Amino acid sequence: MMQLEKEQTAWTPEIIAFCCNYCGFAAADLAGIQRMQYSAGLRIVHMPCTGKIEMEYILDAFERGVDGVLVVGCLEGGCHFMEGNLRARKRTERVCLILDEIGLGSERLKMVNVSDAMAPEFVQHVQEIVSTVTALGPSPLKPSENKESAGES
Amino acid sequence: MIVASPKSITELKKIIADHKKVLFVGCGTCVTVCLAGGEREVGIASYAMRMARKLDRSPIEIRQVTIERQCENEFIKDLAGPAAEVEAIVSFGCGAGVQAIAERFPAIPVYAGLNTQFLGVLEEQAIWTEKCLGCGDCMLAQFGGICPVTRCAKRLLNGPCGGSLESRCEVDSDRPCAWQLIYSRLKSIGQLDRLEEIIPPKDWSHAWYCGARKVVRKEHQVK
Repeated sequence: MMQLEKEQTAWTPEIIAFCCNYCGFAAADLAGIQRMQYSAGLRIVHMPCTGKIEMEYILDAFERGVDGVLVVGCLEGGCHFMEGNLRARKRTERVCLILDEIGLGSERLKMVNVSDAMAPEFVQHVQEIVSTVTALGPSPLKPSENKESAGES
Repeated sequence: MIVASPKSITELKKIIADHKKVLFVGCGTCVTVCLAGGEREVGIASYAMRMARKLDRSPIEIRQVTIERQCENEFIKDLAGPAAEVEAIVSFGCGAGVQAIAERFPAIPVYAGLNTQFLGVLEEQAIWTEKCLGCGDCMLAQFGGICPVTRCAKRLLNGPCGGSLESRCEVDSDRPCAWQLIYSRLKSIGQLDRLEEIIPPKDWSHAWYCGARKVVRKEHQVK
């Protein structure tokens, strides 16, 4: 029992962050340079712009069992390609509706806007979604072979 | 083009609840353009359905194929292989596409994945409006190219009802008054005299109200 509790405490949510090259990715890079600490469960996917993120990319990540997805785009009005981040926002909202409809929950998906200099804010957003997803628990879509290591027995 | 909108995942899940292996078929023509049933939308619906069923502990296997046109046998025949491996088909085509596939595969259940809406045009990105009722007896020449049969809520053929407010329809203020559009259009093309002609009651025998219609063009028939 104690060992189980220990495993549950040790569980780190697997989060995919789709980061725009011009802001989120640069902010993450800056956070790394400044040795800021954030969850080790974050995996960054480098995108040329959040406008390139198709809804299928996010859905595919969830189907493969990731616990949460963070979309990191430029500040509104600051997109390198004019309105890629605005399109990403609409697509993210549509996927949120789908996640709610199927019962997975839209809380596992979030889009945030940062600039390339906003490393502390990037880290804060990461920790917020990690905190949210930790409270929700592992994704019920996680492949069964990974569930034990994810804290489910 | 034919404009359609997707059914909700909840409704679709209920429709195919009894099946574990299903073919989702997209259509590459009208419903692709109206962002309802093309390859991308079929992909999104597939992801959502697989996840929804997995969460219900009733996993489903979904195959996806998008053909050029679901309303032609020439293209539907490409589905023969994938269709042989599934329990049911969900067509993301218009109502015609669904029925054409069902006729081609009499032993397989075929369900509609979309709600077919109307014949319309793209007004701006992601907004479509109805323009044609398919009444079978086009009167557009008389009305400057604007159809009162489709676009007037009361289908008036001899002038406006008098209820429009600031050029908007009294039935729905989101719509322009068709008769205001007709007047402006006839004025701009110098054909206002057409309004002096009294239009007799429309012959509805060419419309759907007499049952499903058929068009035969003998000059193009090969048999």
